[in-house]
Amino acid sequence: MLKKLTDAFGVSGCEKEIRNLIKEEVKNFGDVYIDKLGNLIVHKKGKGKRVMLAAHMDEVGFIVTSIKDDGKIKFAPVGGIDSRILVSKRVVFGRTKIKGVIGYKPIHLQSEVEKNKAVDIKELFIDIGATSKEEALKYVKIGDYATFESEYVDMGRYIKAKALDDRVGCAILIDVLKENYNLDLYCVFTVQEEVGLRGATVAAYSIEPEIGLVIEGTTCADFVKDEKDFITQTGKGPAISVMDSSSIVNERLFKRIIKVAEYYKIPYQLRRGTVGGNDAGAIHKSKVGCITASISVPTRYIHSPISMINKDDYENTLKLVKRVLESLEKEEL
Amino acid sequence: MEGKEILKDLSNFSAVSGSEFQLHEKLENIFKDLVDEIKKGILGDFIAVKKGEGENRLKVLLTAHADEIGLMVTDIDDRGFVHFTNVGGVDPKTLPAQEVIIHGKEKVFGVIGAKPPHVLTDKDRKKSIKIDEMVIDCGMTRDELEKLISVGDFITVKRHSIGLLGDFITGKALDNRSGIMVLYECAKELKNIKHSCDVYFAATSLEERGLLGIKTTAYEVSPDIGIVVDVTFADKYADSDIQIECGKGVEITIGPNIHPELSEKLIKIADEYAIPYTIDVSPASTGTETWNLQICQEGIPTLLVSIPIRYMHTSTEVVNYKDIIRAARLLVLFISSLKDWGDIYA
Repeated sequence: MLKKLTDAFGVSGCEKEIRNLIKEEVKNFGDVYIDKLGNLIVHKKGKGKRVMLAAHMDEVGFIVTSIKDDGKIKFAPVGGIDSRILVSKRVVFGRTKIKGVIGYKPIHLQSEVEKNKAVDIKELFIDIGATSKEEALKYVKIGDYATFESEYVDMGRYIKAKALDDRVGCAILIDVLKENYNLDLYCVFTVQEEVGLRGATVAAYSIEPEIGLVIEGTTCADFVKDEKDFITQTGKGPAISVMDSSSIVNERLFKRIIKVAEYYKIPYQLRRGTVGGNDAGAIHKSKVGCITASISVPTRYIHSPISMINKDDYENTLKLVKRVLESLEKEEL
Repeated sequence: MEGKEILKDLSNFSAVSGSEFQLHEKLENIFKDLVDEIKKGILGDFIAVKKGEGENRLKVLLTAHADEIGLMVTDIDDRGFVHFTNVGGVDPKTLPAQEVIIHGKEKVFGVIGAKPPHVLTDKDRKKSIKIDEMVIDCGMTRDELEKLISVGDFITVKRHSIGLLGDFITGKALDNRSGIMVLYECAKELKNIKHSCDVYFAATSLEERGLLGIKTTAYEVSPDIGIVVDVTFADKYADSDIQIECGKGVEITIGPNIHPELSEKLIKIADEYAIPYTIDVSPASTGTETWNLQICQEGIPTLLVSIPIRYMHTSTEVVNYKDIIRAARLLVLFISSLKDWGDIYA
């Protein structure tokens, strides 16, 4: 499932392909509809609390801004991408599936200053082998979206793919939907998280959830030298957010999640570090406010072609989300 | 075109400087039906000999280096991250978020990690990342890794070569597998025509480590004429002085590192047969094997023909196969026009 989900295309603003794929997977699990912004919503009607489970289906990528006379394609990033990871990579366009490369001035031609300087995205372009603007236009037009070319790789204990942020959350939602809960459950595959939590904002407005739970593939920098900068660690279970740049967790829901994890002996960790934001930022302040928390799979190297998750972390996150939902059926917060 | 597929295959194969022997089997398969003899040198060079006709035959050496730039394991740390250094002129900018293969007892897949933008400081963003700041993540512990790889193992970027539009091909190590393809196309043509020179097609070693391998190859062959085929920068966007473009012809170099009468003859042939070319003027070293080749033994007259490529020393190099065909045609015409040394100074 995760292979299908990560292979699919869905840069923010161009989520049709990934949405259609998920729609097909979830069509028998509830009332399925698409809202005005493109969020895919699966409603499992029930008597219990109105719970919104959210995972964003969009991924970071690129949008074509202009095509030069010599056929080179200029682009801008969609979502947060460090321009220093772009050199010597291949990309694929969503509409035509044509592939191109992002090259760079050979090291032999770089001055000492250039060698030490970060790459500026304005210097870069995509090369599809077109020799003129006319030829390029047959395959790519202004406004087309592209993403990293990156195949799903099973590394044994880990999985490597693009867009694990947040197809890993989408996979968990799909697994959750296979079961039934005494809840009025809305599973929302949101659009445009990476450009400012846009999809979740309107979905939360129309659903008016009592409780919002965001499932993410979150920052994990456990490869850097200093442990205090790790934010999360792989292999240590789902990460529960306390505070990021977009929201502070609801204390009651936070305590409930930890209680459930401890009761069922599911390993968990607190997400350290306050950077980054997710759909909880939009959901918790919707209308009169909403009790909201985030549970995430620690994901190394997000926003790059080589994001990685630990398979145990996936299983434990799924387990924790299911158990938390069960606890919400039974007991008031 | 069969040649394009061979080029992609050669690009996918790994032979970092010092491990050129890894390519020998492939090269043997490619050349065996086209030549009379195949030899392998001590430093990893591969030589395929096509004999000419007649007496007192000139020996022409045609070389293209087989090695590619890469990385090498320097340490496996407590947490299982693999530290590395470069072999040859690797641009560190090409490495963050790259997929790699470590060539240990088994081929081990890994990725070169990069911090997500969320945790970058403004200072981080302005600097390029140094090789000693990067690690390879194989998703394994140190103990697991030590069973599979060790310090000193070669590492290459994992990149499967593909075609782009038209005759454009992208992949790693097109520097200088493109040159090897010129040799191949040349050998294919020479099989069908009469020529009086003995032609030595050599895939040389250690070029990326300072133009080294050519010395032993030249010593072994003792050629009358040495022709180097390599790649050249077609990065017009990066430097307005660069005129040559991929797909629009080959580059012929002139200057003190190149034999004047021979290059004149080569250019005349290109003109005569309307093979598009650009002249590159090199005031001293051409930066290719011709520099060392020229002063081997009692001196060897050199020529340099280059294939324009974009983004040299990245894993997204781009070449146009038409240029490879053009270079091969030019060299076939040149070689078949040579009869004896008197031709040169006549």
